[in-house]
Amino acid sequence: MMAAETRNARTEVAAPALTAPAGAMGMPRHHLLIFVGLLALGLIGPFVLYPVFLMKVMCFALFACAFNLLLGYGGLLSFGHAAYFGSASYVSAYAAKAWGLTPELAILLGTATAAVLGLVFGALAIRRQGIYFAMVTLAFAQMVYFFSVQAPFTGGEDGIQSVPRGHLFGLIDLGPDRSLYFLVLAITFFGLLLIYRIIHSPFGQVLKAIRDNEPRSVSLGYRTNQYKLAVFVLSATLAGLAGATKALVFQLASLTDVYWTMSGEVVLMTLLGGMGTVFGPIVGAAVVVGMQNYLATLGAWVTIIQGVIFVVSVLLFREGIIGVLGRWLKKPL
Amino acid sequence: MFELLGIPPQALFGQLLLGLINGSFYALLSLGLAVIFGLLNIINFTHGAQYMMGAFVAWMLLNYLGINYWAALVLAPVIVGITGVIIERLLISRLYHLDHLYGLLLTFGLALVIQGLFRNEYGISGLPYQIPPQLSGGMNLGFMFLPNYRGWVVAVSLVVCLATWFVIEKTRLGAYLRAATENPTLVGAFGINVPRLITLTYGFGVALAAFAGVLAAPIYSVNPNMGADLIIVVFAVVVIGGMGSILGSIITGFGLGLIEGLTRVFYPEGSAVVIFVIMAIVLLVKPAGLFGRAA
Amino acid sequence: MTRIRNFTLAAVAATLLSGTALAETSVKIGVLNDRSGVYADLSGEGSVVAAQMAVEDFNAAEKGITVEIVSADHQNKPDVASTIARQWYDQDGVDVIVDVPTSSAALAVNDITREKNKVFINSGAGTADLTGPQCSPNTVHWTYDTWALAHGTGSAMVEAGHKKWFFLTADYAFGQALERDTTAVVEAAGGEVVGTVRHPFPGSDFSSFLLQAQSSGADVIGLANAGGDTINSIKQASEFGITQGGQAIAGLLVFLTDIHALGLETAQGLVLTESFYWDQNDGTREWSKRFAEKHDGDMPTMVQAGVYAGVLHYLKAVEATGGKDPTAVMAKMKEMPTEDELFGQGTIREDGRKIHDMYLFRVKTPDQSQGPWDYYEQVATIPADQAFRPLNEGNCPLVQ
Repeated sequence: MMAAETRNARTEVAAPALTAPAGAMGMPRHHLLIFVGLLALGLIGPFVLYPVFLMKVMCFALFACAFNLLLGYGGLLSFGHAAYFGSASYVSAYAAKAWGLTPELAILLGTATAAVLGLVFGALAIRRQGIYFAMVTLAFAQMVYFFSVQAPFTGGEDGIQSVPRGHLFGLIDLGPDRSLYFLVLAITFFGLLLIYRIIHSPFGQVLKAIRDNEPRSVSLGYRTNQYKLAVFVLSATLAGLAGATKALVFQLASLTDVYWTMSGEVVLMTLLGGMGTVFGPIVGAAVVVGMQNYLATLGAWVTIIQGVIFVVSVLLFREGIIGVLGRWLKKPL
Repeated sequence: MFELLGIPPQALFGQLLLGLINGSFYALLSLGLAVIFGLLNIINFTHGAQYMMGAFVAWMLLNYLGINYWAALVLAPVIVGITGVIIERLLISRLYHLDHLYGLLLTFGLALVIQGLFRNEYGISGLPYQIPPQLSGGMNLGFMFLPNYRGWVVAVSLVVCLATWFVIEKTRLGAYLRAATENPTLVGAFGINVPRLITLTYGFGVALAAFAGVLAAPIYSVNPNMGADLIIVVFAVVVIGGMGSILGSIITGFGLGLIEGLTRVFYPEGSAVVIFVIMAIVLLVKPAGLFGRAA
Repeated sequence: MTRIRNFTLAAVAATLLSGTALAETSVKIGVLNDRSGVYADLSGEGSVVAAQMAVEDFNAAEKGITVEIVSADHQNKPDVASTIARQWYDQDGVDVIVDVPTSSAALAVNDITREKNKVFINSGAGTADLTGPQCSPNTVHWTYDTWALAHGTGSAMVEAGHKKWFFLTADYAFGQALERDTTAVVEAAGGEVVGTVRHPFPGSDFSSFLLQAQSSGADVIGLANAGGDTINSIKQASEFGITQGGQAIAGLLVFLTDIHALGLETAQGLVLTESFYWDQNDGTREWSKRFAEKHDGDMPTMVQAGVYAGVLHYLKAVEATGGKDPTAVMAKMKEMPTEDELFGQGTIREDGRKIHDMYLFRVKTPDQSQGPWDYYEQVATIPADQAFRPLNEGNCPLVQ
């Protein structure tokens, strides 16, 4: 019931990846080139553009890639990923502010929280498939939202503000935007490479098999639920890493991070960039964040434009920007 | 006089009745979702926005054309239902050959567009809509003061829910519908226009949401976000009930309204999450939902 | 991100024509508020209009001060507010941010303003923390705060014989703070709190909680919530005949535009505290009439009035110091007494609190009202020296 035309089509596109010329780290050469290009962009970026904006793009790019790991490769549409992003953001902000933890520990703690939450919700959510799965994850995320509103430590509507950026390992002052920028760049790249590694591991191959035909994978002897839970937890954890980092960048954790609109935005980024592509979510995140930033004057129109992009993407553009580009170049991106 | 857990029984009856009123909205909305899901196999994320449209259309009818509540109760669902038909024909119908998740994404996008448009035009602070004069005031039931309008909401939603159940389960039209759910190709072969049946079903489900919206207009303020948070709760209701049965979604809707009402008395802080907690428990015990057929 | 008004041109042109320019100073004012959400009506575009009126009334151009006004929508979210504020200060050369309703957004802008050493004149937000634990040498809190509202409404209600209180509280930090402050006042004045119910935030159905309030035997139901929650609670209280049953409703955070949205039929009898009402004296009426002409006929709220008065006072300080150095301007603003048509004479305290009278109003019945926007009758004046939290009780680090 899950297998639909587009999914099959995408798998066919993905198949040549195995035969593409391999560069370093077992990566096809064009992927390696793109990663190097992204790194170069990342290094030049803060000298050209506003660093805070770039850090926001990177956090959301990581968030979208983590989400894409679940949707694009696991075939599971979570409509509640804000729960992991947001709870990690709250915990790391609280740890840094109230307990005075160093930034790396605060981020780790936030990420771990997201992992635990992902394990609990994931174990329940994978008991349903398809649209039910989407609704269940959405409902759990709403529960986290209500908890965040009420719990004393989250500060309710005020959120946790003026979070200290602190000193990395107790040594390097992250106060200036530039020095924090390079930490965020490092974290984002670590996350992206990890996701890339997961996708191209044997585990990733099994995931794709489950995505495309779950009954067949079951009959081949795979415990599909364990795979689904594993990818759910991984995705939630990495979403948490993005959220925890974001809390330090903006020195703020707020309800926006756990609200359903945030879950919707990450779906949009992934859809627009191209689900099931390696680089699509990064492009999608850049477009959506850029749009929010530069079109903020338009107020409610931003929501309308986002909605229209959703509709257009679903009707005409299901492969996303990078998916289409990959088809033109005849190379999976 | 005895007390139940520190609450006098009169107060408890009052609270149960109020729970039933909220349950009416859950029932109407989850019923609409279930009807649409049954035939189209999509989860209509736009449902909350269409509920909001119902309230807004009632407001517009009154303020631009001077049409009163009673006429709006019929007209608004028809108007919103027609927009639903257009949406189904132009957009949703293009997705039937794809994974159902695309339907969810499409209707989510539509919900953003509709809510955004209304927010742009009418702001977010809410517009007043008065209770119709025939239903203003209230009755003293001895254990509580029941506003007439709230009593009307419970009664009329029960009637509409049961009528829908009757049409689908007991009439010829309903039989076509149920058959088309099972095997659209076969039903088409018998000469029934299945695409039109699907379109009308969507229109009807949407009209139910709009009807709930008109009912809600005098109680809650009419504002563009009124459906956004409600729909998530209704999703949980649908997961708890399972969408396999019409009667099931009606019972689940009213039942969860009651439970939520009780939570408001005994543990008000938890009333926002109680339905989600029940959902988690149901997923553990009976993943297909209380009335659902195992997939 | 920002909407640039064609003020610069006009101001420059006027300067050239008048030819009396002294030292040329150019000032950029950022009006940051809610332009699409629940507080859009009480702040929003109206606050921009008010800021423009302040620039005109001050005759900035003739005094050699070029003023540019930019505005943006923070959507009531602290993250959006902090992003815009950072960008305005870092990149767009904004010198002063005004308005900023919503406590969470205001606290975010408060921090960034201090970090970047600029000026923040808050009018729209309620939180008394801005002049309490979070106080900043760069912030002025102009119009009102939750302490003032709780005290105004709380003590006046108890004095009027409403001694037994029941709170309907939004279950998050802000609602709890409002409840706590009011409880203290009520008890100090000899009243008692007979019950409290915490409702989820945001809520839509309050009937169950209102029923609990109704059966509690309280004289007055205090609404420790805000925005849409307050509007819905009042609406449903009227539906359940609570005011007809003899219980009074006290809104702890209600604005003129809320009453406008509710209609007098529903809102009548509600008691509330504000620092400005358009129909108070000739000065407020004259100004409000000019305001309404520029703003689709809508009367100003106290928040918009506060933006006007705050910008006016800031410009006076810029003129007096002959420049826009934030430290000097802030010192001047606190040193000079304030004076304007809307709030009369006042002062700005060391902790940034602007001090003026507050007023207790009761919402008129439909019969008493002469027409649109004729909503309030004044019940009492809370003199400036009692209206706000005493300087030594706020735990403001600047004061110790």
